[in-house]
Amino acid sequence: MYGIDALDQKQYPDQRGHFGPYGGRYVGETLMPALLELEEAYRKNIADPDFQKELHDLLRDYTGRPTPLFHAKTLSEKAGGAAIWLKREDLAHTGAHKINNTLGQTLMAKWMGKKKVIAETGAGQHGVATATTAALFGMECKVFMGTEDIERQAPNVRRMRLLGAEVVPVSSGTGTLKDAMNEAMRYWVGAVADTFYVIGSVAGPHPYPAMVRDFQRVIGDEARDQVQAFAGRLPDMLIACVGGGSNAMGLFYPFLNDPVEMVGVEAAGRGIETGKHAATLSAGTVGVLHGAKSYVLQDDEGQILEAHSISAGLDYPGVGPEHSQFKDFKRARYMSITDDQALEAFQTLSRLEGIIPALESSHALAQAMIEAGKMAPNKIIVVNLSGRGDKDMGIVGKHINLES
Amino acid sequence: MNRIDNTFEKMKEKGEKALVGFVSAGDPGYEDSLAIVTAMCKAGLDILELGIPFSDPTADGPVIQRSSQRALKAGMNVSKALTMTQKIRGITDIPIILFSYYNPILAYGNAQFYKDALENGADGLLVVDLPTEESAEMTDEWAGSELSLVRLIAPTTPVNRMRMITQEASGFLYLISKTGVTGSDGIDTADIETHVKILRSVTALPICVGFGISTADHVKAVAAAADGIVIGSAFERTIEENLQHPDLPGLLEEKVRGFKAATRISP
Ligand SMILES: Cc1ncc(COP(=O)(O)O)c(C=O)c1O
Repeated sequence: MYGIDALDQKQYPDQRGHFGPYGGRYVGETLMPALLELEEAYRKNIADPDFQKELHDLLRDYTGRPTPLFHAKTLSEKAGGAAIWLKREDLAHTGAHKINNTLGQTLMAKWMGKKKVIAETGAGQHGVATATTAALFGMECKVFMGTEDIERQAPNVRRMRLLGAEVVPVSSGTGTLKDAMNEAMRYWVGAVADTFYVIGSVAGPHPYPAMVRDFQRVIGDEARDQVQAFAGRLPDMLIACVGGGSNAMGLFYPFLNDPVEMVGVEAAGRGIETGKHAATLSAGTVGVLHGAKSYVLQDDEGQILEAHSISAGLDYPGVGPEHSQFKDFKRARYMSITDDQALEAFQTLSRLEGIIPALESSHALAQAMIEAGKMAPNKIIVVNLSGRGDKDMGIVGKHINLES
Repeated sequence: MNRIDNTFEKMKEKGEKALVGFVSAGDPGYEDSLAIVTAMCKAGLDILELGIPFSDPTADGPVIQRSSQRALKAGMNVSKALTMTQKIRGITDIPIILFSYYNPILAYGNAQFYKDALENGADGLLVVDLPTEESAEMTDEWAGSELSLVRLIAPTTPVNRMRMITQEASGFLYLISKTGVTGSDGIDTADIETHVKILRSVTALPICVGFGISTADHVKAVAAAADGIVIGSAFERTIEENLQHPDLPGLLEEKVRGFKAATRISP
C-alpha cells in the first residue's frame, strides 16, 4: 500500500492546525463549519482501510503509480558531480504530480457525499487534474483561472473544457494564481453547502496543508524505496520546486527524520533584486494570506504584492505554512532560480535526456545542476520532475526560436 | 457606559433599530471619504463601520473589492484610517467600528493597533478573517479590553458554535444574512428571522444583520427581527456610480436618511 498516515498528533500540525507559528484557519465564519466538517471527515476517512484501498487502487490503475525513478546520466555528466535521479511525476496521468492530490480530495468529496467540486489553477495542471478526477467520479467541476494564465497555458484550458469542466476566467488583480484562489474562496463561501473545494497545494486553511501533504507524500515514499533498491542507501539531497509547495513537501516529508538534505527552489523571476519574482521564502515576510499564516510577499502595510514568474505554477506570492516552519528550523534550504536559468534547464533536459520538463520543474533542475557540480560523483540527488512541459511550448516559443 | 451599549440602549428607548453603515476609508480619496462619512453621520447613521482596505478581500463581492482598490490606489493604509477615525470622532459621538482583514493589522502590530485605535476614538474592531479559534493571538497582545472585538455569526454556524463564539463576544454580534460574499443581492426574510431567533436563544447581546441588504424595504423587513441593520455595498455602489458627481456626500446623506427612516418601527 502507498503509505498515507493518519494525521500524526505527535507531529505538526497541532490540534488547531498550526505548524508552530504558521498555518491555522484565517477565514470568514461562513467557512469555519465547512473546514471543521472537512477536518473530521479527513481524520475519519484517511484511517479507514476501505478509503485507503480505493485510493491505492486508483493511484496504481488510474494514475499509473509508482512513477519511475530515472538516473539521468548525461545530465549528471554535464553537471560534473553528483548523480542526478529524476522522480518522474511527469509520467503520472495528466502529466504532473497534481493528480495524486486531486484523486485523494475528489475521493474525499465522494465519501462526504458532495457532488460538486471547485478548484483554482495557475499552470492549469491542478485544474486539469481536478477536471479529470471530477469526470472520473461524475462530479460537476468549476475551475477558477486568471485571465493571464488562461492565455499562457491555453492547451490546458482546452483540456479542462474537453473533460467537462467549466473554466471561470478571473480578471481581478494580475489575473494569476493568487486572484484565482481569491475568487474560488469567494465562490465557495456562497456554495459551501454542497461544494467541495479542491485546493491545489499545501496552502490554504487547515486541514488543507496537512491533507495535501498526506496525499502527495506518495512521491517521497516511492522515491525512498526506489533509491534504496537501486543504490542500497538513502540519497544525499532532495530537490524540488516550490510554488505553494506540494510537490516539494510530497517528496520531502517521508525523509523528515533521515539525514538527507532538502532544497526547495523558488522562482526568482527576473531576479530578486528587480522585485519581479515569486521567491516568497527567500524574500518574503510573515503574514496571512488565503487562510493561513506563512511567509508572503507583501509591503510594509500588509498589502499583498504581485508575484512574477515565467512559470504560471510558481507565480504565487504565498507558500504552504509547513515550508515556513522548515525554513525557520532550517530543515530545508530555500534557493531561487531566474526565468532565464529555468529556460536554460528546460532546453538542457530536453536535449540531453529526451524529456521535456514543465517550466516549474525546470527551476528544480537548474538548481540540481548547480548543487551536483559542487558534490562528489558518489553522491546522489533526487530531483522531483513534477510535470511535463508540453503545456509550456507556447510561452517557451516566445523566448527561444523553435521555428527553424 | 460605552458608546456601543449606549447606542443600543437609546435605540430601545426610541423604538428604533440601529443603522450601521459601512464605507471603505479613503474611497475615492482621503478628503472625499471624510466628507462622505461626515455627511452620513449628520444624516442619522447610528454606527459607523469604517473599512481599512486590503488587497485581497476574499469575503467581499465586486463592489467592495473595487472600493478597496480605489482606496488603496489613493494611498489609504492603517495609519491614515486611524487619523481619519480621529477626525470623525471630532464631529460625532456614534460608535466607530474599524473593519479589516487580519494581515494589514498584523503588519501594523496588534499591540500598537489596540493603543492607537482607542486613542483615536474607535470603539470596536471587526476582523473578517479572524475567527474565534485564531483571535486570541491578537487580543493577547492587547493591553486591555476596551476595544470591542465584534464577532461574526454565519448562517452555517451551528448552535453549539454560536454558544462558543458569543461567550467571548462584546458590543454586538454581526449576523451574516446569507452564505455568500458581501453585495450578493436579495435577502430571505424568513431565513433571517429563524437565525436571529436561534442566536437570541444563546445571547443577550444586540444582533445586527448584514450582507445583501440594499433597499429600504429590506431594512424594514430585517428591522422587524434584528437590533441593527448593516449596509455596505449599497453605499459603495452609490459612490462608485457617482464618482464625478458634484455633491457625492449629499447623495450618501440622502441614502442614509432613507434607510434610517425604515428602521423606525413602532414596537
Ligand atoms: C508541474 C508543476 N510543478 C510544480 C507546481 C507548483 O506547485 P507546488 O509547489 O504545489 O508543487 C505546479 C503548479 O501548477 C506544476 O504544475
